[in-house]
Formats: sequence, C-alpha cells, structure tokens
Amino acid sequence: MTVQDFWALSPEIAMALLALVVISVDLITRSMAKVAIVALVGLVAPLILTLNLWFGWFGDPAVGQALFGTVEADRFSLFFKFLLLTVAAGTILASTKYIASDRMKDYGGEFVSLVLLSVTGMMLLVSATELITIYVALELTALPVVALAAIHRTKQGVEAGTKFFVLSAISSAILLYGFAYIYGYTGSTNLGIIMERLAVLPTEVGVPFGSYAVLLAVIMIVAGFGFKMAVVPWQMWVPDVYQGAPTPVAAFLSVASKSAAFAVIMRIMYVAFGNESLMQDWSGLFAILAAVTMTVGNMLALSQSNIKRLLGYSTIAQAGYILVGLASVPANQVGATFAGAGPQGVMYYLAGYVFTNLAVFFAVIAITSRTNDDSIKGLNGMLKRSPLLAGLLVFGLLSLLGMPPTVGFMAKVVVFGSAVNANLTWLALIGVVNTVIAAYYYLRVIRAIVFEDPADDSTFSADKPVLVAAGVAAVGAGVFGLAPFLLLEFAESALSIIPGL
Amino acid sequence: MFDGLLTITVFLPAVVAILVAVFARGENSDQQIRWVSIGATVVTFVMTALVFFGYDQDAAGIQMVDYFERWIPIDALRSSYLLGVDGLSAPLVLLTGILGMAAALGSWRIKKRVREYFMWLLLLQTAVLGVFVSLDLLLFFIFFEFELIPMFMLIAIWGSGRPRYSAMKFVLFTLAGGAFMLVGILAIYVTPGVNTLAMVSIPELGITGIPELIAAADLVVPAALIFGFFFIAFAVKLPLFPVHSWLPDAHTDAPTAVSVMLAGVLLKMAGYGLLRINLGFFQETKGFTIHDVAGYMAILAAVSVIYGGIITIRQTDMKRLIAYSSVSHMGFVLLGVAAVGSSAAETSSAGLNGAALQMFTHGTITGLAFLMVGLSYDRTHTRHIPHLGGLWKKMPLIAIFFLVAGFGSLGLPALSGFVAEIMVFLGTFSVWPWATGVAAFGVVLAAGYTLWMVQRVFFGDRPANPGLSDEVYDNITDANWIDMIPVIALAAPIFIVGIWPSVVTDMFDIGIQAVLR
Repeated sequence: MTVQDFWALSPEIAMALLALVVISVDLITRSMAKVAIVALVGLVAPLILTLNLWFGWFGDPAVGQALFGTVEADRFSLFFKFLLLTVAAGTILASTKYIASDRMKDYGGEFVSLVLLSVTGMMLLVSATELITIYVALELTALPVVALAAIHRTKQGVEAGTKFFVLSAISSAILLYGFAYIYGYTGSTNLGIIMERLAVLPTEVGVPFGSYAVLLAVIMIVAGFGFKMAVVPWQMWVPDVYQGAPTPVAAFLSVASKSAAFAVIMRIMYVAFGNESLMQDWSGLFAILAAVTMTVGNMLALSQSNIKRLLGYSTIAQAGYILVGLASVPANQVGATFAGAGPQGVMYYLAGYVFTNLAVFFAVIAITSRTNDDSIKGLNGMLKRSPLLAGLLVFGLLSLLGMPPTVGFMAKVVVFGSAVNANLTWLALIGVVNTVIAAYYYLRVIRAIVFEDPADDSTFSADKPVLVAAGVAAVGAGVFGLAPFLLLEFAESALSIIPGL
Repeated sequence: MFDGLLTITVFLPAVVAILVAVFARGENSDQQIRWVSIGATVVTFVMTALVFFGYDQDAAGIQMVDYFERWIPIDALRSSYLLGVDGLSAPLVLLTGILGMAAALGSWRIKKRVREYFMWLLLLQTAVLGVFVSLDLLLFFIFFEFELIPMFMLIAIWGSGRPRYSAMKFVLFTLAGGAFMLVGILAIYVTPGVNTLAMVSIPELGITGIPELIAAADLVVPAALIFGFFFIAFAVKLPLFPVHSWLPDAHTDAPTAVSVMLAGVLLKMAGYGLLRINLGFFQETKGFTIHDVAGYMAILAAVSVIYGGIITIRQTDMKRLIAYSSVSHMGFVLLGVAAVGSSAAETSSAGLNGAALQMFTHGTITGLAFLMVGLSYDRTHTRHIPHLGGLWKKMPLIAIFFLVAGFGSLGLPALSGFVAEIMVFLGTFSVWPWATGVAAFGVVLAAGYTLWMVQRVFFGDRPANPGLSDEVYDNITDANWIDMIPVIALAAPIFIVGIWPSVVTDMFDIGIQAVLR
C-alpha cells in the first residue's frame, strides 16, 4: 500500500477505526451517552480527511486512483461521502436516547458501531470503480444493517432482519450474475476498461445495448441495485422492514443505502455504459422504472394507516422521482440548446431528500418514543402536544410533497426540468401527476397533526439530541430549497470528474 | 448587481416569524410576541415606503435589482434569483407594507395560539411581497404558491363558521389555478429561443426578458393556450365569475386581519399577474395577441361586475356582503385591462392605469371595510344584518369609518375609488361601449348594497326581536385608540389618493408604459 493509497482511503480507514474504538469504549464504560459522544466527536476525523481530499490541505489532493485502480477518491465519491457522514452523525445523534433505553442499553455500543461499519461500506462503495470491489463494499454495507434491523430480537424485528438478509442475498446473487456476464463479455472488471472494450466490440443492429449479453447484464445489475434503491418491482421488503426495524434503523436505511446505491449505479452507468448509444438504451429502461416506481409507490401509500409504512412507500415514490433524473441523460437531447442536468438533478434531489427524510424520521422517532403509537391516528393533535416537533414533521412532509419553497419543490423542478430537456416530457408529466396524488396522503398526515383533536392532552417536549438532529436536517431542507446553488455548484464540480460527462 | 433592499424587505417578516416561532417561550410571551411581530410589520412598512419613494421616476425602468444569476446553476434551467421593482410593482409593494402593518395591529386581540398566529401572518406577508418583486417566473411561482400554507393555517385554525371547509376550498381552487400556471411556465420553458425565465428585460444587466423573446419565437404550444393557462390561474385568484365561489367562504370564515390581507393584497397578486404576464408577454406573439381576446375579457369583466353586484345585494352577513362586493370590484380590474383592445395608445393606457389604480384602492377600501366589520363584530358578536340596527349611537367612530369605506367603494368623488373607476370607464368605453355601459351599472349596485347595509346596521332603530340582547347592546363601546391605529393607516391612503391621485398614478403609468412597450 503506497502513501497515495492510504490517503485515498483515509476516510474509510478512519471510519473503520472509529467503529472499533466505539466498541472498546462500550466495554470500558457502560454509559451510552459517553459512547454516543465518542462516536460523534470521532466522526470529525473522517470528515476532516474527506475535506482534505476535496481541498488538498495536507499537500496535493490525493484525488486519483488507488489500490491498483479499484478505488477512486474523486469528487463524485467525496460528494456522497459528505452526505453519508451527515447521515451517520444524524442517526447517532437521534439515537442517543434510544440506545440508552432499557431494552437497548446492552447493545448500545454495538448499535453505534454497526451503523459506523455500514457507513464505512457505503463510503467504499461510492468510490469503488471496479466490479469486485463494488460487490465487497456492498456486502459490507448490507450485513450490519441486517443485524441492526433484528437488534431487538422481537418477532417483528427478527422477521424484518431475516427478510432483509434473504432479499439482499438474492439481490447480490443477481448482481454477481450480471457482473459475471460483463466480465465474460469484455474481459475486465474495471469500469473504465469495460467502456473502452464495449466501444470496440461488434454490435448487433436492433438489439438494445448492442448485444443480448450486455442487455442481460444491465438488467441484472439494475435489478440487483433495484433492491437497495427500493425501486418497483423490487420494493416488497421496504414497508415490512421499515415497520419491523427500530425507527432509527429505518431512518438510516431510507437515506443512506439509497444514496449509496444511486451513487454506484450512476457511476456504473455513466462510466461503464457511458457511450452515447448505450446511454440512450439505459435511459429508456430507467424512464420506465421511474414511471412505474413513482406510480406504484404513491398508490400503495394512499391507504396506509401506519406512519412508518406510509413513509416506507413514500421513500419508494421518492426513488421514482430520483430515477427520473437518472433517465434524463445528456445524450437524449438531440438539438437541444442547453446541456442536460439529469446527473446534477439526481445528486441535488438525493441530498435534499436525505435532509428532508431525516427531519421527518427524526421527528417521528421523537414523537413515537413518547406515545408508543406509530399509527397515523397517534399523531392526532400533535401540534398542540408538542408544537416544535409537530412543526418540524409538517415542514418535512411539505418538502416531501414538493411544496415551494422547500428543497423538495426545487429538486422536483430540477429533475422534471431536465427530463423535459432530455425529450422525456411524458415522464415529467407523469411525475407532476404523481406529485398531486402524493399530496393526498402527505396532507392526510398533516391534517391529523394540525387539526384533529389529540387523544390525550398531555404535552411533552422532545429530547434535546433528537430535536437538534431533526432541526438541523429541517434547516438543511429549507436552506437548500431557497439557495439551490449551494448544492448544485457542489454537484457540478463533483460531476466534472466522471468520464463521459 | 445586488442592491439588497428588496431581499431584506421581503425576507424580514419571515426571519422574524421564524425567530418568534423558535425563541418565544414562557408564560408571558404572548404580549412580547405581539409587540415583536407588530414591530416587524412596522419596519417592513418603512422599508416598503423606502422602496416606493426611493424609486426614481425620471430614470424609470426596473430598479433596486437583486440579481444572482447562478441561483440554480444549471444552464438548462435558466432561472435566476431576480428581484426588482418598476412603476407597476412599487405601489403594490407599498400597499402590502400598509396592509401587513394594519393586519398585525388588527390582530391585537387574538388570544388563541398567539405565537403560531403571528408566525403565519408574517410568513404570509413575505410571500405576497415576494410575488410583487419577483421578476423570474419560477421565483414568482414559488412565492405565489407559498402563500397557500399560511393562508390555509390562518383560516383553518383561527377562522369561525366552517373554517376547515373554507380553508380547504381556498387551497383546492388556488392549487388548481396554480397547476395551470405551472403548465403555462412549462410551455414557455420548452419554447426554443426563449432562453430565460426573466419576466422583463433589463438592458443594464444584459437580460432579455420573455416578452421580447417570445415575440420572435416559434412556439411549441400555441400562444393562445399559454395565455389561457395563465389567465385561468389569475381568474381563480382575482376572482372572476364563475370561479369565484371560494372567495365568500374564505372571507366569511377567516379572522378579520386575514380577510384584510386576503382582500387587500392577495387578490392583487392576480391583477398584477394579468398585467405583468398576460399583458406583458402576449402583445405580439406569433398567431395570437391579447388584443384578439380583449373583447371577451370585457364581457367576462362585465358579467363578473354585475353578477357580483346582484349577489351582493342579497347578502345578510356583513362580511359575506363585502366579500361578494370584491368579486364585483375586481371585475373592474379586468375591464380596465380589456382597454388594451383599443388602437389608440392613450385610451388603452387610461384603462390599464385605471385597472392598476383600482387594485390599489380596492386594497385599502375593502381592507378598511373588513377591519370595521371585525370591530363591529367584536362588540355585537353577530354579523347578521337583520339583527343589527341603530348602532350609530353606540359606536359613532366605527360607523364613520365604515361610511368612509362604503363611500369609497361606491365611488364617491374625492375618495380613491372614484378616480380608479372613472379611469377604467374612460379608457374602456371607447373600445367596448356595451360591456362598459353594462359594467357601469355595477356602480349603481354598489351604491345600493353599501348604503342599504350601512342604513340597516347603523341607522334606524334597534330591532326588537331577535336583535341583540340587552346585555350585549348595553355593553357596546366605541373603538379605542389601539383599534383606531390600523383604521387610520388604511383610511389615510383613501383620502390621499382620492385628492391627489398622481402620487400613485404617475408611478403606475411608468410601469404600464414599460409593459406596453
């Protein structure tokens, strides 16, 4: 391992070490508050190392390939690393009360370190540029989550964990099949080399992707990541796991694994299949998936009575909107005057979604931990019982709905706008119609919070840490909506690194 | 170029709202919240006055520009953060400042959930100010829609009668209208050659706006259709017959101060949109111009004026009566816009100026009327006209200012309503004599319903049965000085503009001439 390799991987190494430190601290002290503080303070180290890679504080930025070209600490990956670190910090902050609770205090340290390990996997995943590394990182990402989902050892928890484990194993298997085809066809597992080989290999006219082998491989890869992204028709596990798993885990799952999966699929598609003709082929595939995912997710959410299940379906629908951005490839805009914004749209939407969804989930955590009731009815009159939490929750839901001037609205404008630019106006229209459908169930929750009479009049104020976490997330959702350039400039400079753009 | 004044003016109420929501705590915080919020609206009023009087009439054009091009740094989106005022928007900004202050002062007696109430009221002011100063279509849309949330909350939580029903109706109507506007924006967005969402041209900044670009562009969506999308959105908001039915419900059930804001400035967003977008964009597009439909607009306006007037006469609820009279009066705005069908520049600009002035005067007059109804209701606990009578003796001050609002609304000379209506008639009559002739009858109706209401409520005898109970009647007191501050704030512009109209008409004329190109 050269020095450059070390620098390129320094955030991941720091994260893995932090996970070990947290476990050790847990052995020494039994105070969960101390464990959480150690983890939160410790997160500063990977953050600084990531910032260093971006700005090059300690000598030249080590942006470049490492470990024989299997990992690349480019700005694209750094963008997502910042996002993932935010998620990790938020999740741990919002769980401080939860890990100190009676039924959790024996596994509190494990909980935190599993979160950190999973994030380590995701950070590796977003910078992997080679199929086998991607696979290994993916497994590192998934296994801790299985344990997290089942950490309660209740019937529901174990069911959620088992379901997630089995389905994620199947999806990994499908993914491996896809990778094997690609390797067999092109003779390489490196994304950049795959692109070069695909460009020179003979193509059949009239066959999508130029050959049935590539077509099959792409479908399998999309299917494999479809599980992680919670895209229809691979969304079945989402509501069950969200409902069965502890709410902080559901929050973590809904944003972290989704952003990591979108990041890696973006990299695979734009780098390995970034030829213009291939691009148009997979754009069509994603456009169909987007339309189906949005519609099915929203339709199923309409009749939910459990807030966690409802949010589960809502995240499926949100994945559909993000797919719209993925489908809006620059190659599609024949004769358009303006450069496409699909990739920026995906990154902007994802980042906005991360902040919004965290605010929503954290507010739900704070409320349900007091009421022990995760039905929508349980939220009745929450504005009277806990105004600040209810306000944050309503704000987050409005952002998910896409109400101006939140980030949810701006992100939809950017994504749908780029769809129009990419000659996918029909997809943008389906998206707009879906937004209206979704308004129904988001407003239903808001109505319960604001207008219904509370079941009991007791008021409560939230625990400080989770309130801070939800508040910061909500501020992010507001600021990035009013000032989209903050994220978009960031995303643009991150994208300039990807070849093919 | 970033002047900053407009950005501060627009976001000041919102910042105070958020600070109040987060930091105002404790047992006795209600009083502090009232003072801080009212203070914020007073400061905002001063800022809007700075905007209005700081506008250099000799230089004309768009001034006080806040321009941040890379607000959405994607070439494909062509949207920027662009705020600015011209002669058209500056008076409306001032109007929003006055009414925002009057509404906050008029909310002094709100007891329920004070913190939230003032938060929403301040956010509402930010949204409305934003609409008037945004010169980017996307930004305009964001503010236009953002106003929904505060309005919904204010009506639904602090309203009376059937507040949730009315609030929902308001939201659904406006959302539907907003959807049409979004489609309209999308239709402009997909037009090749229109590479901006700027609503005006600003040569100093090198911005060529939609009005100029769309004239030369080959439209993907027919111009008539785009015009229609925007027109529907604004017709709902104005409101015009037959999409007006949300207005009486919303007004009747809204708390007083919210009615003041709704009638005073929210409806003006639609009138402003008609002038800025429907008139500004569609004067010479290929295959369609606004002149083609001016006649239909005149007919629609006349129908709205007369229908609104007739329905108004039948009302027995004071607030509902004033709400319906708004339908009638806002019809005059469209009637003035219809004068654009004239080939003579002078007549059309007279009508358009009249329309703009009608917006301003209606804002102050109807705002005052709602405020007076609110004061009267606080004392009598009813708005049912047959139950009232002879209140003149008990509350002369309220009666006097009610009369001022009434006379203003029926167009008494020396009050601002007269100037606006006469300008509309003078401008439009030569172009659409029949429609104008019919609509002029609306003034007669206005005299009828206004005077009849005042007569029934304030003069005559106290109705025997089932009027007010002795207990209520004996305890009626006149308005005190706190009540009178917002009243004076709204009554003053009615007299000032009535006697010295050029203080705003000169301003409007600069804006109208620029829109007419």
